[in-house]
Parts: sequence; structure tokens; C-alpha cells
Amino acid sequence: MPHYEPWSEERAEAVIGEFAHLEGPLMPMLHAVQETFGYVPDAVVPMLAERLNVSRAEVHGVVTFYHDFRHEPAGQHVLKLCRAEACQAAGGDALAAHAEHKLGCKLGETTADGRVTVEPIYCLGLCATAPSAMLDGRIVARLNERRLDALISEAQS
Amino acid sequence: MSTNSVTVRIYVPKDACAIACGADEVVEAIQAAALARKQPVEIIRTGSRGMLWLEPLVEVATPEGRIAYGPVEEGDVAGLFDTGFLAGGAHALRIGRPEEHPFMAKQTRLTFARCGIVDPTSYTDYVAHGGYKGLERALALGPVGIIEEVKKSGLRGRGGAGFPTAIKWKTVADARDDRKYIVCNADEGDSGTFADRMIMEGDPFELIEGMTIAGIAVGATKGYVYTRSEYPHAIAAMEKAIEVARQHGMLGINIAGSTHSFDMEVRMGAGAYVCGEETALLDSLEGGRGTVRAKPPLPAHKGLFQKPTVINNVLSLTAVPHILADGGEFYANFGMGRSRGTMPIQIAGNVKHGGLFETAFGITLGELINDIGGGTASGRPVKAAQVGGPLGAYVPTWQFDLPFDYEAFAAKDALIGHGGIVVFDESADMVKMARFAMEFCSVESCGKCTPCRIGSTRGVEVIDRIVAGERREKNLEVLKDLCQTMKLGSLCALGGFTPYPVLSALTHFPEEFGDTPRRLEAAE
Repeated sequence: MPHYEPWSEERAEAVIGEFAHLEGPLMPMLHAVQETFGYVPDAVVPMLAERLNVSRAEVHGVVTFYHDFRHEPAGQHVLKLCRAEACQAAGGDALAAHAEHKLGCKLGETTADGRVTVEPIYCLGLCATAPSAMLDGRIVARLNERRLDALISEAQS
Repeated sequence: MSTNSVTVRIYVPKDACAIACGADEVVEAIQAAALARKQPVEIIRTGSRGMLWLEPLVEVATPEGRIAYGPVEEGDVAGLFDTGFLAGGAHALRIGRPEEHPFMAKQTRLTFARCGIVDPTSYTDYVAHGGYKGLERALALGPVGIIEEVKKSGLRGRGGAGFPTAIKWKTVADARDDRKYIVCNADEGDSGTFADRMIMEGDPFELIEGMTIAGIAVGATKGYVYTRSEYPHAIAAMEKAIEVARQHGMLGINIAGSTHSFDMEVRMGAGAYVCGEETALLDSLEGGRGTVRAKPPLPAHKGLFQKPTVINNVLSLTAVPHILADGGEFYANFGMGRSRGTMPIQIAGNVKHGGLFETAFGITLGELINDIGGGTASGRPVKAAQVGGPLGAYVPTWQFDLPFDYEAFAAKDALIGHGGIVVFDESADMVKMARFAMEFCSVESCGKCTPCRIGSTRGVEVIDRIVAGERREKNLEVLKDLCQTMKLGSLCALGGFTPYPVLSALTHFPEEFGDTPRRLEAAE
């Protein structure tokens, strides 16, 4: 289970500062912020704008453009199901429906108890051993109902 | 069996696909079993051979060469030890020598020659298997000679557009500026493709060598590999190899003792498909929204940070070391028409023998799917294959005689793209797939062009109306018209090519849309 730090402006400054020497540092900075806090807090936007000498609107525009950046913390575990064509061809639709039914929430949502966020992902590059999924960064291929149930139980425990 | 005090070498892939199929657990089981039997073993983690249906494929070094077993599950390991697999003994999972397997024997491996064989973290292994011969020759030839060699090879961009690589390089080489860049497009977002991922995980030095040669050819000293957040294993493998290359003086100042300097970095995207489009990728790399730029100016003139930039796909750059080492003519000997050399083709989806198949251009789709891929995994008949990712056409079985060639595909309103084939069996719902193409475009559109941004949303709605039987004839006309507008009115391939999967589904499977097939109309 990933462990994230509580929000701290000082910590955020330090994390951002590590990438200040790079060319085009905004994306690495945003990734680092999310890796530290589990999401990209609104409070970090003016900090980034200040440091990079761009407007808040520009930073906000970047944060909201990319699917990866979260605007609020995810559930304790994140289960990503690949929903791209190769996984669809190999029975991914039924598995996605099964996961939604078992967790009682739709793709893109978090269970009521806050334990599991289930999300679609568009291609893990495991297309010859489809369908595939990722639980908290761990990849699983040749997914079937049994394997999916095991992942769901693991995430719920 | 008797224990042997001689250390036995065992090769287990650490390719993401192998790991997702349980390779790490298999390694642990091997270590535990070896320890219990007091048998010393050395486990080497390689890339994947590309026979992905056999992953995890475990290979044992024997006097007869490497003997492979697969697919090995954790629970198979004790049994393998019991039957003497360390000496290459018989077992239900025994594949034999991997290079003699028909899937491998039928290939022409240039780019993937080392993948699955070498330890991707070992510089020594890379050099021992022909690595850095291309760079050595490149240094001897100099910039003009390098570009001439690439020109002779006929290499065209492997990302999908098929633009001649040498022309791109020449343009950047001729540009005058204080800085130039080499950018590797490793944003492999197409479903059904994994060649970039496999080569970055299995032979990362090849990409480093290719980018270094590109840098020398055009006078660039800095390179970026832009890849996907969905590829953590590839990122780790690339970063490790870059570090090792620096330690060996193959990146940094005065590479390989020459007067040239070149260094590189890996950058990670954030889940935006459109960043695979080269100009959106450059914007993302600069720290902006991944918005497509209008061309001109070409990236070769004003690319990354407005500086002259070579932006090439992983497979283009990894072809370069071979072209230099063996000569452009050698490479051009493979292929057909204007498609020269080899293409690492990826066979995926509902297929029995999915994997990476590198071969000369000209092989037919039917051979790839039926003979090499063995048909569907489900056992039901093949219905269609989507070639070239989410923006590629659905090719029906009656067009499976189509040869893999940029022009042949274009003539049938299809595209090769990045060489991915996704096989569908007869249960596939083509209307649903067409709708998915529009929906994917609406989610992933960067928003710059109206036909893409809004047209895709309207496309989903129109398909929904067709499915509901609402003024079907009229709405089918609207859908076709909309596709035409998207094709002609979008700056990049996202909006411009989304009509391919939609129109191909409609053209080849009109009945599913409730459209009267043309041939019946004619009969009436």
C-alpha cells in the first residue's frame, strides 16, 4: 500500500526544488508532488507558478490536462483495469463490469469506505497477454475472473 | 537426481510482460528450490524473447545451448528441478532451444537481435553481442557519412508516419543554432503495441547508441527519451542503462574518447495519449499542456525549446546502430517497394501465440495472424484485426492477403502505424468498437482543432442514435460526413485518423449498423 505524506508547504518547496535545475521542469515537479502527497494539491499551483515565473492559470492548465494528476487523494489502493482495444478483444469488458459490480462503484470512482479506487487505464503494453490490470503499481496479465477477485480481495483487506 | 556443485546459469526475463505473468515469483521459487537442493545457481534477468504466450520463459544454460521452458508458473518449479531441467531434461513445459522455435526461426531479427539474450544492465554483454559497432563506424564516417548511410538504408519513421529518417536528420544537420536536440518518442500509447517497451527493457543500450549516433550526425549534444507513466519498468531499465553508459564513457563529454559529447535523460508523460504526436510531445516535454502545434515550422527547424530537433520513434532510432554497423545497403536489402528493412510487428489481442515478430516488410496480415499467431485464443473464428492502434482501420478477414507495407495499407484506407495488430474473434461488436474510437478521441483530444474536439463527441451521439434506430439512413450519412470533416480538418493524426476505425467498421460490417449492404442493394 502506498504511503503518502500529509500536506506541508515546506516539504512541497523541497520536493519542487530538487528539479529546479532541469530544462522544462514542470512535469517532473508535478510527478514528484503527486508521489509525495498522493495528489496535486491546489496550494502547490501558486508555488509552482512563482518558481517557474509563469501564471497560475498556466500551471492549472497543465495540471488539469493530464489524466494522471489527481486533484484529491485516491482510495487506499488503486486498481487500474486496462480498457484499450487489445484487452477488450480478450474479454476485458466483462471483467470491468465484474469489478464494478463487486466493488459497488463505477470505473473512475472510489468505494464508499475509501479503500479502493478503480480506474480505467489505456494500455499497459501487455497486449499479447491481455486482459491486464495494475494494483498499486504491480502489473498483472492474463486476467480472468478468479485473478481479478484475488486482486479485489487484496485491495479490500 | 544428483546434486551438482557447478553453478548453473538460469535466465528469467524481467520484461514487464513476464513480470505480469509471474516471473518474479518464479525467480523466488527457483532460488528456494536451489537452496533446498544445495544446488548453486546464477539467475540472470534478461529481456523477453517475444514469445509472450510462453512467458515466463525460463532458460537454462546447457552444453547444447540455452534450453527453454515455458510458460513456467511458481508451482511448476519443484517439478522442473525433479525432472532435471538444469541439465535440459525432458518436461511437459520444455520448449527446446528458443532460437529453433518456429516463431523465432521465421523472423529476421536486427533491432531485436539481442533482446531476451543479454542482461540489459550489462555494458559488457552489450559489447560482446555486437553493441557499439555502429557508433564506432559512425565516429569514423562523421556526420555527412552517417546521414548518407541512413539514406541508403531507406529507413522510414517507425512511429507510423513513415517519413524518411535521413531527410529529417539532414534538415537538422543543416540548421544553424547554438543548441540542437534528439528527442526519442517512446510514448507508445497504441493498444496492441509494446515493441518500444520491450526494447527499452530488454536492450536499452541499443536506444542509447542510436540516439548518440543521431546526435553526432546532426550536431546535438542533448537527448530526451519521452515515455509513458504506464511503463515504470521501461523507465527504470533506461535510467539504469544511461547510468552504466555514463560510467563507461559512452555518454557525457568526449564519448568513446572522441571529440563528440552527448548525454540524455528520460522524461515521463502523464497519461495523455495525444502526447505521442510529436509536437504535442515537445510541448509536454517543455512543461506545457500536450497541445498539437501547427506545422510549419517543422520540429527540425523549431522543435524543443524552439531549437532544431530530431524527433524519432524508438524503433527508428534502434534500427540505426545496425544500419551503421552493417551498412545502409544491407538494411535496404530487406523489405518491399518503398518500405525497406525490417519491422518489429506486435501480434496481440485475442490471439493464441501473441508476441513480437520482427520481419522484413511484405509479409501478409493473414500469415501473421493465422500462421504465426495461430488464430484466436478463444478458438472462435477471426472476425477482423485492428492494425496500427486506436487510429488504425479494422481489416476484415477477406483483406488478410494485404502485405505489410506502408503503401499497400494506405491503398486500402488502412495504416501500419507502429506495427501493432489486435485480433478480434467473431464475438466482436463492430458498432461498439466504432463508438469506442470516437469516445477515445473525445477523451484524448488536445482540444486544438474543432473537428476533433467536438466532432468526436458528436460522433458518439450519432452512433448512439444509429443504434437506437433513430432516422438510421440520415444518421449514417451524418456519420460519414462527420468522419470526412475530421479527416480533413484536424491538424494531427488523432482527429485525422479516428475516422479510419469508424469508417472501416462501417464499410466492412454495414449490417451491424443496420445499413443495407451495397451488394444487396445492387441485387434488388
